[in-house]
Amino acid sequence: MVDRAYRAAPTDALRIEPLGELTAIFDRRSMQTHLVVSPMPEILNAMGTDSCNAAELAGRLAAAFDLDATEDARPILAERLAELAAMGLVARA
Amino acid sequence: MRHSARIAVGPVQFRIGSDWREPVAALERLYAGYPGDDARPADATVRLFAARPWRRWLRPSVHIGGDFIVPDALPLPLSMGLLAAEMGMNLQVALGWRRHMLLHASAVARDGRALIMSGESGSGKSTLAALLGESDWRLMGDEFTLIDPAGGDALAFPRAVSLKNEAIAVVAARVDAARLGPLLAGTPKGDIRHLVPRADAIAAMHEPVRPALLLFPRFGGAVSVERMGEGEAFVRLTEASTNYVALGEAGFGALTRLVRGTPAFGISYPDSATGIALVEQLWAETPR
Repeated sequence: MVDRAYRAAPTDALRIEPLGELTAIFDRRSMQTHLVVSPMPEILNAMGTDSCNAAELAGRLAAAFDLDATEDARPILAERLAELAAMGLVARA
Repeated sequence: MRHSARIAVGPVQFRIGSDWREPVAALERLYAGYPGDDARPADATVRLFAARPWRRWLRPSVHIGGDFIVPDALPLPLSMGLLAAEMGMNLQVALGWRRHMLLHASAVARDGRALIMSGESGSGKSTLAALLGESDWRLMGDEFTLIDPAGGDALAFPRAVSLKNEAIAVVAARVDAARLGPLLAGTPKGDIRHLVPRADAIAAMHEPVRPALLLFPRFGGAVSVERMGEGEAFVRLTEASTNYVALGEAGFGALTRLVRGTPAFGISYPDSATGIALVEQLWAETPR
């Protein structure tokens, strides 16, 4: 499977509000509200402003959360990135 | 329109026009104690009209119109003109109001703090609010509660309470009959009788109140109290708001602030007395 690169939304496009176990995200471009659970907020946070693919994301999350086994995480993160893209919260780079 | 009335409920000034005298006269009786300001422009217009001119006399049936219309709304017989007027008022507010976030919820206030109860039709939110409004609470509204997107305060919309079915006898036993409207039997929503809120609740209807407790009541079944997380309360209130989407980020901001600052519970109760006791208990435990 190709490890596609994605780019996060511009920083002023999203308003992200943690609400307990859920995180509410308001997309100012579409005026839509998205409700997501972990690890979506962590992924968006780790993406920063440059483009990145699942392998790079796995490395960043592993460093941030002190995880190993990034190889296992890669296909899962690729799926999550595709889901975030479907919601319009990230875009193909 | 041949007959018309102006009624102010909370921040909303209604203009109701009708092809018939009866619904307007019934409204004027129910809303006689509300402040009237005929010079103020109307925020919402409700029209009750006959489908065809001759229908005004022959088997008259009331269609509901106004600034916003629901194309498939059923016409009602003239005997239910008051219900049609009330449905029209609700519809115009639900579809047209933008100044506040509109929650499909009842509310009562005490000591400058609001208890907001959100639930589907049949959850008992209206009956609980009506009963609390007869004790030492101020009834803010049985159907809609408005949230100021800027400051987060709750504002009252104390229209005449729409008592339904079993709730009619429960409340009628406690109030002066002069505060009850005519019995509307066999409407599409069952039996309906309106209750005029207490004079002090109408007099205080412009006073904003800080939300203090959110309840999601369910009538029927064993007593239960479940603490509700901010996320679930947020989801439920987006569903309970008729204008959340239209308000855009202002609605998002108002709702996140409301659920973060207000403890929320789902409650089940088998009868009104138990429901009232639960509400009072949770209110007493709510931090000030």
